[in-house]
Amino acid sequence: MEFTSPHIEYAQLWPLFVVFGVGCVGVLVEAFVPRRLRYLTQVGLTVVGLLVALGGTIGVGVGLKDLKGARGLVAGEGALAIDGPAVYLWGLVLVCAIAGVLLFAERRLESGVTVFAGQAAALPGTTAEREASSRGLEHTEVYPLLLFAVFGMMLFPAANDLIMLFVALEVLSLPLYLLSGLARRRRLLSQEAAMKYFLLGAFSSGFFLYGLALVYGYAGSMQFAGIAAAVQGGTANHSLLLIGVGMMSVGLLFKVGAVPFHAWTPDVYQGAPTAVTAFMSAATKIAAFGAFLRLFYVAFGADRWSWQPMMWIVAILTMVVGAVLAVVQTDVKRMLAYSSVSHSGFILTGLLGVQAAGDLGKGEITSLTAVLFYLTSYGLAIVGSFAVVSVVRDAGGETARFDAWTGLGRRAPLTAGVFAFFLLSMAGIPLTSGFIGKWAVFSVALSAGAWPVVIVAVAASIVAVFFYVRFILLMFFTDRASEGAAAVTVPSPLTSSVIAVTALATLVLGVVPGPVLDLVQDAGSFIR
Amino acid sequence: MEHTIPIVDPGSADGVFSLLWLVIALPALGAAVLLIGGRYTDKWGPLVATVLPSLSFVLSLVMFLTALGRDEGDRQVKQHLYTWIHSGHLNVGMDLLYDPLSSLFLLLITGVGSLIHVYSLGYMAHDVRRRRFFAYLNLFVAAMLTLVLAENYIGLFLGWEGVGLASYLLIGFWQHKPSAAAAAKKAFVMNRVGDMGMSAAIMLAFVTWGSTSFSVISEGAAGGSETRMNILGLLLLLGACGKSAQVPLQAWLLDAMEGPTPVSALIHAATMVTAGVYLVVRSNFVFEHAPAAQTVVVIVAVVTLLWGAIIGTAKDDIKKVLAGSTMSQIGYMMLGAGLGVAGYAFAIFHLLTHGFFKANMFLGAGSVMHGMDDDVDMRHYGALSRAMPVTFLTFAMGYLAIIGFPGFSGFWSKDKIIESALHENWVVGACALLGAGITGFYMTRLMLMTYFTDKRWVPGVHPHESPRVMTFPLIALAALSVLGGVLLIGGWITDYLDPVVGQSEEESGGIPGWLVSVITVAVVAIGVGIAWLTVGRKPVPATAPEKVAWPVTVARNDLYGDAINDGLVVQPSGHLTRGLVAADTYVVDGLLTGGPVAVGAVAGLLRRVQNGYVRSYALSVLGGALVVVLALLAVNLT
Repeated sequence: MEFTSPHIEYAQLWPLFVVFGVGCVGVLVEAFVPRRLRYLTQVGLTVVGLLVALGGTIGVGVGLKDLKGARGLVAGEGALAIDGPAVYLWGLVLVCAIAGVLLFAERRLESGVTVFAGQAAALPGTTAEREASSRGLEHTEVYPLLLFAVFGMMLFPAANDLIMLFVALEVLSLPLYLLSGLARRRRLLSQEAAMKYFLLGAFSSGFFLYGLALVYGYAGSMQFAGIAAAVQGGTANHSLLLIGVGMMSVGLLFKVGAVPFHAWTPDVYQGAPTAVTAFMSAATKIAAFGAFLRLFYVAFGADRWSWQPMMWIVAILTMVVGAVLAVVQTDVKRMLAYSSVSHSGFILTGLLGVQAAGDLGKGEITSLTAVLFYLTSYGLAIVGSFAVVSVVRDAGGETARFDAWTGLGRRAPLTAGVFAFFLLSMAGIPLTSGFIGKWAVFSVALSAGAWPVVIVAVAASIVAVFFYVRFILLMFFTDRASEGAAAVTVPSPLTSSVIAVTALATLVLGVVPGPVLDLVQDAGSFIR
Repeated sequence: MEHTIPIVDPGSADGVFSLLWLVIALPALGAAVLLIGGRYTDKWGPLVATVLPSLSFVLSLVMFLTALGRDEGDRQVKQHLYTWIHSGHLNVGMDLLYDPLSSLFLLLITGVGSLIHVYSLGYMAHDVRRRRFFAYLNLFVAAMLTLVLAENYIGLFLGWEGVGLASYLLIGFWQHKPSAAAAAKKAFVMNRVGDMGMSAAIMLAFVTWGSTSFSVISEGAAGGSETRMNILGLLLLLGACGKSAQVPLQAWLLDAMEGPTPVSALIHAATMVTAGVYLVVRSNFVFEHAPAAQTVVVIVAVVTLLWGAIIGTAKDDIKKVLAGSTMSQIGYMMLGAGLGVAGYAFAIFHLLTHGFFKANMFLGAGSVMHGMDDDVDMRHYGALSRAMPVTFLTFAMGYLAIIGFPGFSGFWSKDKIIESALHENWVVGACALLGAGITGFYMTRLMLMTYFTDKRWVPGVHPHESPRVMTFPLIALAALSVLGGVLLIGGWITDYLDPVVGQSEEESGGIPGWLVSVITVAVVAIGVGIAWLTVGRKPVPATAPEKVAWPVTVARNDLYGDAINDGLVVQPSGHLTRGLVAADTYVVDGLLTGGPVAVGAVAGLLRRVQNGYVRSYALSVLGGALVVVLALLAVNLT
């Protein structure tokens, strides 16, 4: 038997390796660097690593234009596709990751320590735990964990065969399960969230894997191109493919938090440390939708008449359930979680807008463009919102109860104003980025004939406007001199800069969206 | 009837029109200064907020006169502010369009708006939060101007949302009153339903023509399929119904009277509520190709004009009578707009005159309330014509205008709509006539109960005339109510609006115009006479009689509009929410364990009990997976 060494396109893949490599170095840092130096070393290393990777990603993206023919290439012996959308999503994930690291590193809010547990192994309420916190211990392992997750998130939308898709899914998920359980305060809630996330994640991965096997059984190929060819040929047993597609979509729909696979979202978003929630609510969704798009456009695109009706139902359910349940929440983090569920529905609506190139009218935006823009605007707004949530605190630490937030607009007009702005953007009010995103996904879905979904989407977004605006009014117009009212703790420049940058970006995307729209349009389409 | 539908084809803004943006920017600046400046602006803020819209008015007037001096074809100008979205062929500009239609709105909004600002200086003088009030008023004016100046539906929508927001803030301005907060919320929700139609319409327009610009759509409208145009028209109508309080989205307007009276005059009578009419007239290029949608507009209009009038007959709250009347009068405008090219100009004409006389009467009602310690119950009024002569005389001008007394502005404008309606369809025309009769009844009842009959004042109330700052706007508006009819001289307003809405052919046959006028006046006279017989000649009880005939009960209950809305919107959404929450919390879990059980020892440490167990979540994943797979198979293997 002869082995040939695989051909790896380092010139295009090096940003991935940088992230992974720095993660590995981080593990070594934990082993060899003295405790007091670890925080600075890890934070510095991670930020530099991510910035280098971001620079590299931009370089790769620019370099794609010089490639001949199709704008992109299949790399790693067919395992990865490096094309415009993949590189754009890398950039987006990296931006969210940088914001995430800055939030992770915030130490002023908890008076000198980070928001992560001093010693995760210590049981809550024990002497060991008290000792750990009195000694000011903290887990600096969170930075390598974040890097590994980012590595998985970059692999996910670029994966071009089923095995790589599954590996990426697990690589991005495992560190997130851990990170969710590391909150310094309310540890039981946090651990419970992590446990739930892990169990349900594992459960849905099982479906995913089974579906993957069925699809392989149908197509006889792991590679998307091979599957697409088999689907087009259409000779094999069709129900095998359908069951496979259904089960694989369970895994992906779980990751994006679509109904009926959304149950974990509010619990995990609420229980996880807010910095982690900020990072994962944005980055996971970006990566998962990237993978979703590639799998369903490239591999199953030829059979879209089969899976679109199912997606219609899921999209409708997701929007309605997310928006309606958000209305009855009394906790900011849970409200944002349900709103993120409904955003998944809106993005799925954009996904339904997929059309053959020939069906598109001149100058129409494609479904991919719409979804990428939506992900950008949503990602920035949600990171910013959770960053704001992390600075609103009372005596017991961070507080997300509605009654604690009542009248915040009078006590801290700037913070409440920024939060209101994020909410308005997520509500899709004109002149914010959310409006253009919504508008884009709705109109692509409409032009693809999915008008029943669009009607529900418009209705759901109206319901969404209601609960966002109601919360803004609660902050600004409800009088209450209450006990237990939250105040804003002034954070270090780390958190402030995240809030400022995301707010500014949301504003700019809303007022002059042109450059970013050009960029996503320029990203072209998936290579096959 | 064949006619050409004009295409929006504006020239570029030059000369004074290059200042078009300033018309919006001035009040917007006022709102910004007052809101950001905080209490530093308490002293001079209201004054600044009054001056800025007045400057906008001056600017609008100069532009109007300049436009008049131009050829008919050159009166449309477009100012390109900046390109909002430009990507590939997708191009949305922030453009402003000045044409005869928007020019009239500009004058109405800034003119009546400035007068109401002046009035508010007196009316709100003792309110501690008046700075905020003036800030919101300026915000409203800026948003309303954006609405009527936008050159595409997205810009229009921006203004549309803006006026909705301002209206919401102002209805709930006296937030210490729970009824005000509830009313604000209701207005907000009902308007959301309308906005749903608007945004769906914008989306549909964009998908159809790849643009939302009026010029592009008016050019391509002829090519759209009739079904699509009808859907588009109906969606736009849904938006118009929400904003303009037309049946079935009418109920919020009566509650909106919880806001301060100048707000009722400006927003809920003269300007914002007429935005729906503006939308229909502006979208004439859509409706002309959507005959079914036009028919629905007419039906909605007729139902509303009778609905509002009937509500007006039974209310004792002076502002609610006026609100019912507003609803009814907007019904007339909608009717005009629904009649198509024969009625657009008259709809706008009636909109203008109504803006004058209704703002006049609302401010008059405010003046009465000012003198009566904020009492709104007409059963506590009576014989106020002596105590408040200026208010009485100006109100009387508005009264004569609204009932259509020959020579007054309302006579000309309402007559024209009734006449066109009779030409179109005699049933519609007859309903419009009947509405005019009812208008005569309820307005006379209001006049008699307020200014004549016996004194029924609550002890301790000493009615007095309002200060000058409040009576001056009343006088100005009264003059306009009387003289508004001059716009019709020589058919000026129809000619002026021709380039926007198209020219109607002279209709021949049918009932001659003078006869319609005579009949209308006769019907109104009957209404007035009945009011005189039932209200004027008998003493008015100080409390509303309990035992009344069922029609009165029905009318007092707003024809059960709330119940209808409740049944159509509130109840179903409530059930949906409760159902989903229950499903999310209990159903899955209940199947497994027979109900949620406390988490035991852990529960105390948790801030709230997590509503689900992993097993129930996993079950929902499993169920979902089954559904997904089965759905896939079912769709494809049948």
